[in-house]
Amino acid sequence: MSADPTGTGAAGPDDVQPVGMQHKGLFGVSDTGDTSGFGGLVQAQPSAGEIVSTPEPLGEYFDEIVAALREAHGDEITRAVIVDRGELTIHIAPDRVADVCKTMRDDESLRFELCSSVSGVDYPDQRNRLHVTYHLTSMTYRRRVRLETAVGLDNPTVASVTAVYPTADWQEREAYDMFGVVFEGHPHLTRILMPDDWEGFPQRKDYPLGGIAVEYKGAHIPPPDERRAYK
Amino acid sequence: MTATDNHNGTADAYAAERDTTEGRVYTVTGGDWDELVASVDPVSEERLIVNLGPQHPSTHGVLRLVCELEGETVRSVRPIVGYLHTGIEKNLEYRNWTQGTTFVTRADYLAPIFNETAYCLAVEKLLGITVPKRADVIRVIMMELNRISSHLVALATTGMELGALSMMIYGFRDREKILDIFEAVCGLRMNMAYVRPGGVAQDLPRDGLKMIREFVDYMPQGLDDYEGLLTGNAIWQERTQGVGYLDVSGCLALGVTGPVLRSAGLPWDLRKTMPYCGYEEYDFEVPTHNGADAWARYVVRLEEIRQSLRIISQGLDKLEPGPVMVEDKKIAWPAQLALGNDGMGNSLNHIRHIMSQSMEALIHHFKLVTEGFRVPAGQVYTAIEAPRGELGIHAVSDGGTRPFRVHMRDPSFVNLQSLPALAEGGLLADVIAGGASLDPVMGGCDR
Repeated sequence: MSADPTGTGAAGPDDVQPVGMQHKGLFGVSDTGDTSGFGGLVQAQPSAGEIVSTPEPLGEYFDEIVAALREAHGDEITRAVIVDRGELTIHIAPDRVADVCKTMRDDESLRFELCSSVSGVDYPDQRNRLHVTYHLTSMTYRRRVRLETAVGLDNPTVASVTAVYPTADWQEREAYDMFGVVFEGHPHLTRILMPDDWEGFPQRKDYPLGGIAVEYKGAHIPPPDERRAYK
Repeated sequence: MTATDNHNGTADAYAAERDTTEGRVYTVTGGDWDELVASVDPVSEERLIVNLGPQHPSTHGVLRLVCELEGETVRSVRPIVGYLHTGIEKNLEYRNWTQGTTFVTRADYLAPIFNETAYCLAVEKLLGITVPKRADVIRVIMMELNRISSHLVALATTGMELGALSMMIYGFRDREKILDIFEAVCGLRMNMAYVRPGGVAQDLPRDGLKMIREFVDYMPQGLDDYEGLLTGNAIWQERTQGVGYLDVSGCLALGVTGPVLRSAGLPWDLRKTMPYCGYEEYDFEVPTHNGADAWARYVVRLEEIRQSLRIISQGLDKLEPGPVMVEDKKIAWPAQLALGNDGMGNSLNHIRHIMSQSMEALIHHFKLVTEGFRVPAGQVYTAIEAPRGELGIHAVSDGGTRPFRVHMRDPSFVNLQSLPALAEGGLLADVIAGGASLDPVMGGCDR
């Protein structure tokens, strides 16, 4: 196991503040003065840090789930286990997602029959910046769990869970459409919300929101993603 | 039997014959005519691709269906979505957390209160706050009113698509009464942004309560009317019974929730199974049916309206005086709204306070409105029972004043995947009946 098993650490060991996402002051502006009085403030990026597991025992039913998963796939299967705000997040390797989901669905002590949601999150400061989260629901035990996996832009490939949960079909297509995550084993991975010939992946953080400046009584109001904003 | 099997040995190329109890039967054939007919048979050979939508009155919104037909029989349906994609999730990342409600409310436009509540529950979970009791009760009342209005549209549009136009008139007529209540409560009929992180935008007005009570008294009669109109109607039964069949295992595999799942017999309702907003304190039933077809969904929706009325009456009794927004002034929206002569707007008392009485109040107002509040970093998933099924919000915060990422797990999007499973192999007309029984709202599906 490497020192950074989830691959979610900063881009390089020296990058305390990741390039391009430096947050200085309150607005993130440098041309006109920051009148907030916080001009010298440099803020840490919580999303850029390494993912740290919650120390066990985790409480509630969480230990049971993690134990059952480790019994089926070995201790290495869980790269990180986090309990936050009463929710369990299990970080796993991108090529093991389908295996893990099969266990989550079929194991009698787990029984997560319903795959509620599949979606992506882009953390631009991390090496493996594209995360895919799976929210599974157990109707038998009335439990929820979140599986999370992370891939980099160089090889954004995640094993598709459509064979285990057919409902993931459209949701994986949406994650591909919006983030460019390629789900290996998906029967027909095509764009779903954007037009077929669209270029780029709109939900990535480096994809601009777009919009045009609006003139109102002689003043020009820039589009939302160019306005200065509190960071 | 071929022509050469003739009983007296003479081959007749054009009329095969065989003996039956009724006498000798001749079957006139035409040599290779069978092959010829088969080779030009339009029913078994020619498959017709019919494109339905995206602008079609029967597809429940801008939904495009590419149907492959064999005569009247549908061999495959491919739903194509995305025509109403407005980038709500992306837009949220450029607005502060409170402004987010005005965006999510526009996703599933027939169930705006549900979008807002699910989003606000997620923000509140991230913040680690609980809303005052009165706000919870108001949310429940508003959600159930919204559930009724959404189900009424489902009944109305299904009726219209199956030819029961009176049902459309009745459904929209009664939904109007709910929209009037919404208008009285928050000034808007749709896309209200009434539920805010920390509570609701403002308290119920006095005449609003009266309107809700009148509606609760009125509605059962309306439901009886619909039943009288449709339930015993032979055409309605023919068009819905046994149409659009999807059993429990099909629903679970395809992630279908809500009335469609309950119509297959599984009493899975998040209000009961994973309660939120204090639903565990209300006495109501989860209606189910074992038909698993369009008819069962119709019956379940009607019964859900009755149950919603029960919840609303209980909610009205539970209302006790108190705040409708958290006490924390760092989160609660600073302005109070009030109804003026020209409609809803900032309360004049509040304007007077910040403009001429307290500089600090002005600063506070300005800071909170322009900057918003910071939400501790982390991620949560909250799910509520929307009229169409599980509406989930996956909200991620990076500790800033804006959402880092919000994903809406909209039931319309997930449920619509099951359309091929319920329509393939049936008739073209049943694609419409089956699709209508799923009740997809494309605003929510495409977001």
